[in-house]
Amino acid sequence: MNRRKLLQLLSKGAAAGAFVKLSGGLAQGKIPQGATDTMKVLGTTLREYGERSEFEKDVIRYISPNLRSRHTGASFSPLEKLEGIVTPNSLHFERHHAGVPNVNPADYRLVIHGMVERPLMFTLQDLKRLPSVTRTYFIECAGNGQNGYRNPPDMTLTATRSRGLVSNSSWTGVPLSILLKEAGLKEGARWLIPEGQDAAAYTRSLPLEKALDDVLVAYAQNGEAIRPEQGYPVRLVVPGWEGSIQVKWLRRIQVTDTPVMSKDETSEYTDVMADGKIYAFTWVMDPESIITYPSGLQQISRGFHEIRGLAWSGHGRIRRVEISLDGGKTWKQASLEPAPDALSVVRFKYNWVWDGRETVIMSRAWDEKGNTQPTQEEFFAKWARNNRYHYNAIQAWRIGADGKVVNGDKTLAGAPARLGAVGRGGCGGES
Amino acid sequence: MRRKRFYVALLALALPALVLAQGRYQIGTPLSEQEVQEWNIRPSILANGVGLPPGQGTVDEGAQVYATHCASCHGATGEGGAFTRLVSEPFPITKEVDSVDFAIGNYWQYATTLFDYTRRAMPFATPGILSNDEVYAVVAYILYQNGIIDGSEPMNAQTLPKVQMPARALLELDPNTQKRFPWIRLP
Repeated sequence: MNRRKLLQLLSKGAAAGAFVKLSGGLAQGKIPQGATDTMKVLGTTLREYGERSEFEKDVIRYISPNLRSRHTGASFSPLEKLEGIVTPNSLHFERHHAGVPNVNPADYRLVIHGMVERPLMFTLQDLKRLPSVTRTYFIECAGNGQNGYRNPPDMTLTATRSRGLVSNSSWTGVPLSILLKEAGLKEGARWLIPEGQDAAAYTRSLPLEKALDDVLVAYAQNGEAIRPEQGYPVRLVVPGWEGSIQVKWLRRIQVTDTPVMSKDETSEYTDVMADGKIYAFTWVMDPESIITYPSGLQQISRGFHEIRGLAWSGHGRIRRVEISLDGGKTWKQASLEPAPDALSVVRFKYNWVWDGRETVIMSRAWDEKGNTQPTQEEFFAKWARNNRYHYNAIQAWRIGADGKVVNGDKTLAGAPARLGAVGRGGCGGES
Repeated sequence: MRRKRFYVALLALALPALVLAQGRYQIGTPLSEQEVQEWNIRPSILANGVGLPPGQGTVDEGAQVYATHCASCHGATGEGGAFTRLVSEPFPITKEVDSVDFAIGNYWQYATTLFDYTRRAMPFATPGILSNDEVYAVVAYILYQNGIIDGSEPMNAQTLPKVQMPARALLELDPNTQKRFPWIRLP
């Protein structure tokens, strides 16, 4: 038998006897048939633009089936299929209100006007000429976690559908404070009304103090131009605040002495509280965490597992993340990686040996201001059951004796909850 | 010649200091008020009515505009269809109202928002096609359908900001936001 014949036989898995001899005693069937195929042929040539492996094509955003053709709604980042803390640009969650506009950067302009000394128009090149800042920040939709309002809990929930309306990126742009200084603020200026270049001409109100503190007029995301879904060519990044105020496709900023009370800060993105009031301007995202492994609809076996997940807070750095392996009775501290940055996602990990008994696992994040996540009961003591936003209660995962993982949240007393679908008053991305 | 070069070089060295002397980079093109207006194709309407254009519309006129441009998505009389429900009882929501039933009559807090959003973003697939008169008219019709106005006067820049929305009584500034920004007052 010559070498070539032998290799052919090996690749077909038909030469197990010979294989055992060659590999020094490995038992039959342990080596995958195709494992050495790529070593016998040339690979592909150089490429100008890279593609991910064809075997990773199932790592995609989740889109609720009723939203696929609506030009409004949200797609979820596939959290349990990602590692580290940076969200790949193609998998950053989406939320838009009238489709994704196709903005030609040659025609792009940003105008700052209103209560300013000099109304100014900036080209994209103008913005790039100015001093730049690069920072890693999470962006989270205020409706993230909205599936938590379902009662009884959705037993098909995954980590993606639980908390996938958050993503984390390195953003590069010019501080908005620099642009405002170029235009010169007039006495009495208090608010900014940024406007998007989409078909909804989306607007919000942003207090000047925040704008002067840390808001970026961003043109790059993880080193490349911002993706169209994220606001190409230019968007606001408002660190730690709800995603809906971080206006994409930014074309105009009006400086005023009063907020505009636009549709998306009155009829949406306001919060119904347990006492029946409606709260306006609930901007800051409270601490959140989600175990991504093991998580809903996954299956595990007995033995060692590294529990993994993500944590973030709009109030500042994550200080610690705790894991419970007994349904919330006792809590242990997880390790964090990398060292937490303010207003950025951190990865948490915990080494665990599963003994095969049914259990409920949970995570809860604490930030540097001492804020933590409530239980479901604590959450609904403050927020109304018919609210749509800012759900940050602890997510539980139940691991059955068969190793199957499902939503471990409790059914709460009271009426079943109907969620508002996107386009029908909600923003969590699902009906 | 040499001397001229020297002065040019000196100027080049001094330029950054000169440019930044006022703390500005002198980047960006100044616009006239006229040019700003040309760019501002969907002007914001503030809650006090600032920004409302001339023009007006009645409930009857609005019924026509609604039937032509709105009913296919929002239902024949605003009850909701493929998209958002617009009409409810003229009472604010309670904790028992499902969020799918939040509508203009029971949840929207400012009548000016209705003009701003309709002119800004509606009709959904063809935003910007309605005249100011048509926007006033369809706003009048929707407010009437919600039982908030009686339709005896047209909606215009004077009448619209005076319309009181029932849910405004429920709206408060988030107390945490108030703590951080003590100067904020809701209109």
